[in-house]
Amino acid sequence: MNGNMDNFYQVGREHDYGTPPADSENSVSLSIDGARITVPEGTSVLRAAALAGRQIPKLCAVEDLSAFGSCRLCLVEIEGRSGYPAACTTLVAEGMAIATQTPRLAELRRNVMELYISDHPLDCLTCPANGDCELQDTAGAVGLREVRYGYQGANHLAAETDASSPYFSFDPSRCIVCSRCVRACDEQQGTFALTVDGRGFDSKIAASQDQPFLDSECVSCGACVKACPTATLTEKSVIELGQPDRAVITTCAYCGVGCSFRAEMQGDQLVRMVPNRDGHANHGHSCVKGRFAFGYANHPDRITQPMIRESIDQAWQAVSWEQAIAHAAARLKTIQNHYGPKAVGAISSSRCTNEEVYVVQKMVRTAFGNNNVDTCARVCHSPTGYGLKTTLGQSSGTQTFDSVMAADVIIVIGANPTSAHPVFASQMKRRLRQGAKLIVADPRRIDLVESPHTRADFHLQLQPGTNVALINALSHTVISEGLEDTDFVASRCDTEAYRTWREFISAERNSPEAMQGITGVPAEQVRAAARLYAGAGNGAIYYGLGVTEHSQGSTMVMGIANLAMATGNFGRAGVGVNPLRGQNNVQGSCDMGSFPHELPGYRHLSDRQTRQQFEQDWQVVIDPQPGYRIPNMFDAAINGEFMGLYIQGEDLAQSDPDTQHVHAALGAMECVIVQDLFLNETAKFAHVFLPGSSFLEKDGTYTNAERRISPVRQVMPPLSGMAEWEITCALSTAMGYPMHYAHPSQIMDEVARLTPSFAGVSYARLEQQGSLQWPCNETSPNGTTFMHVDEFARGKGLFVPTPYVETDERSNSRYPLLLTTGRVLSQYNVGAQTRRTPNQQYHVEDRIEIHPSDAEVRGITDGSWVGVKSRAGETVLRAELTERVQPGVLYTTFHHPQSGANVVTTENSDWATNCPEYKVTAVQAYPVNQPSAWQALFQQQAKQQEELLPSVLPG
Amino acid sequence: MTVNIDKLRKMAEQITANMAYTDDQTVVASKVADHLNRFWDPRMKAALRDYASAHSAELSPALRKAVMQLDV
Ligand code: SF4
Ligand code: SF4
Ligand code: SF4
Ligand code: FES
Repeated sequence: MNGNMDNFYQVGREHDYGTPPADSENSVSLSIDGARITVPEGTSVLRAAALAGRQIPKLCAVEDLSAFGSCRLCLVEIEGRSGYPAACTTLVAEGMAIATQTPRLAELRRNVMELYISDHPLDCLTCPANGDCELQDTAGAVGLREVRYGYQGANHLAAETDASSPYFSFDPSRCIVCSRCVRACDEQQGTFALTVDGRGFDSKIAASQDQPFLDSECVSCGACVKACPTATLTEKSVIELGQPDRAVITTCAYCGVGCSFRAEMQGDQLVRMVPNRDGHANHGHSCVKGRFAFGYANHPDRITQPMIRESIDQAWQAVSWEQAIAHAAARLKTIQNHYGPKAVGAISSSRCTNEEVYVVQKMVRTAFGNNNVDTCARVCHSPTGYGLKTTLGQSSGTQTFDSVMAADVIIVIGANPTSAHPVFASQMKRRLRQGAKLIVADPRRIDLVESPHTRADFHLQLQPGTNVALINALSHTVISEGLEDTDFVASRCDTEAYRTWREFISAERNSPEAMQGITGVPAEQVRAAARLYAGAGNGAIYYGLGVTEHSQGSTMVMGIANLAMATGNFGRAGVGVNPLRGQNNVQGSCDMGSFPHELPGYRHLSDRQTRQQFEQDWQVVIDPQPGYRIPNMFDAAINGEFMGLYIQGEDLAQSDPDTQHVHAALGAMECVIVQDLFLNETAKFAHVFLPGSSFLEKDGTYTNAERRISPVRQVMPPLSGMAEWEITCALSTAMGYPMHYAHPSQIMDEVARLTPSFAGVSYARLEQQGSLQWPCNETSPNGTTFMHVDEFARGKGLFVPTPYVETDERSNSRYPLLLTTGRVLSQYNVGAQTRRTPNQQYHVEDRIEIHPSDAEVRGITDGSWVGVKSRAGETVLRAELTERVQPGVLYTTFHHPQSGANVVTTENSDWATNCPEYKVTAVQAYPVNQPSAWQALFQQQAKQQEELLPSVLPG
Repeated sequence: MTVNIDKLRKMAEQITANMAYTDDQTVVASKVADHLNRFWDPRMKAALRDYASAHSAELSPALRKAVMQLDV
């Protein structure tokens, strides 16, 4: 078992060189206190000194933010110059000779410090920042010994604390008005929620128009809290628990940005999560989920003891691990004996680590002896895998996040980064503020269309379900107006396929004029947007689930790749095709061979050589035919031929479309094994419950949307006694295929051994480098920043014709509206984790957005109950009247189970991958005054399940 | 009996429609067959083939051709 505390990987205090690194190839040599140092041109004197090991006292400067020069503590003397310039705002010059410590400087600094301290409470011993306060440290460093002004003059000591945020408090009496918080909110986060009001002595920090933080524009990213050098802005957890005494670097378990964090601990107690300045995906920034919403890990709802039961109407029985595993294995084997070896399967989770996902597919292909393994990525990004593999030869995004800083024109299609990928959205907004152009294609007016200091140049507000019509019209414009990059196409792409595609796309039926009746986007706008993108030096496309979760999801992904190839936007910084992944490890779970048709590294089962390689390593025979996908498993269950399912960390009963069909399928199975942190909706149908472990309780790796493999490190022992990979190995062993690893690093070694694109990956390398972007092997030992540089992964890029095929989910007289779905910033997926944290305060319930004109004709008012009915089912939600959606379109989120958003979504799916069409459902809406029949049933079932829990759960 | 044949038919026709950028039915059929062979569980392919042998008139011409090329 995995509880060895000696293995904890710890790091010291975070470095702070005072100002951001300079990005220059030229270097400059200078001397600091007599020591010579060479630094890049554009470096500040403050940073150069810090690099030379000289700490110049400072308060308003911090490495993450541009220098401001307001505190006057970092004064230095420069030979041949008069006065005392501020080191943070003075850039180095060749041959400079700098003195950082002289009697005169010491005196000046003490004077400045004295002024600060005269207006600061002197209760250091009881202050929450005690031990982590830059004001305190700096007072010590400058040798402050007396404060001549007395403390009775005008001061701010009586200012009131704002404790409205659930996560941090704002105590203005401790504020030194260094404006680091303001700059963090502006520069890092891009929300511009804070201001310095007033001047001179009267100046103070305020959240938008002096509101409490909770009611202001603040999105609780925590950047200001990290930036604050005093206790003014402090995490409530630090106020409650005190200062952490150790830190472990790990990776956020929420979204596909994959931010690196310092988990700061006191013993086994997590005090706070602080974004890691050296994190390659986030560079010290974070969002509210990763920064603050980790409380679910210790929530009382956590189940920590394995449980079994004979049938789903019985009470659960708490048992030992040995009993639970033996019971699960015996039931699966009985099913296989009775219904055949292919009657069982497994679903792995994009929330679990690479190592955990890898062992699940290995167990299915060895112990189960079939290919019935799928992952929840099926329902989000499977079209990305199919589409990019077909056109480019690799199922992954092509860039790094940092690449956006070189983009001239950015297209965002069917993604809402400020809510779903907040840290990347902040970086994108930074680039937009520098002047990059933005084209948004989305049925809804997402926040990026207009946000502080940025606005989209075009918002192509298309009808849901018409993505392919739009992308074809964009490509048609590029071709018909002669805007393509002919050199790129000629040298990099398959000529024959290009000719076929060119003929297809040039047809009049794909023109913006012909398509505008379908998309609802004026042809002139489409043409202008296409010209903007094609004319950009660097054009980058970012897309999300609004592209994939359609009946033509795969077609759309290929359409995007076609457009990017035609304009030569591959193989360098600032360009590319970039899928924004939803869950943290969507990329990784796909990489690890979780699909029923392919082995790790996206190699098809029919590829004999690959199969043999695995067969030899695993000592089994692998079936060359694909197995069932998730929806096929459900259909087969209803038909009575698929009877056993092992589900790792997924809540299918809530997250998958057409809830009633899913429930019928789960109910038909003879053995459902659920492995999760909580008794989720799916567990209502389970016969075996295996308690999972949170990302804080195990070692492993996640792979983010940039193909970046980052370490997840154990900071506390697993509450249930077993990490998740150990559970899968135990089940496999009990089923007759022994699987033994001493540590997840051995699983990664096996992946590296069997997968060419991972050949150079190991835990030792990850420790050295911090993170690695695959492909990482002999040809690129340090990983791969940009894909397809000299040639595409498949050799020549393949243009694929993408005919627009209308979805079956179109509006008609019975269902005249189109419902589309999305998410909010504060909640995550089905909300199992975030609903169990104070993030709940930000998003109490799912609402249905409706345009005021649609609402009016139906007699629906803001906040009233609305019935939403599709051909699949009916649910009831509260209305929110808004012009963010167009007339004819409804929008909702799916974070709360009782909302039943998926009761109305249908089984319609992407033609190539069966990724469900979440983004379009034809519905009717009408005012109601009671919950739907489904919701009444839901309440009743929820109550029943609670009663079936063993009354005293040890653990 | 295997999985719901109406669903399989619908899925197969959806694949066919998305491959139908050319009028050449032979090209479309071979693309459809290749897709089904690569991604469908053999039980689903067999069910579709069995259905096609009795009701071929109900399938689109390209799909009818494709079914003959299934590897089950
Ligand atoms: S938490 Fe983030 S959004 Fe809120 S004020 Fe601070 S920096 Fe701005
Ligand atoms: S709140 Fe903190 S960061 Fe902001 S101005 Fe005051 S002391 Fe500086
Ligand atoms: S952006 Fe994503 S990875 Fe980063 S902190 Fe937020 S949820 Fe975590
Ligand atoms: S740190 Fe340079 S002026 Fe404040």
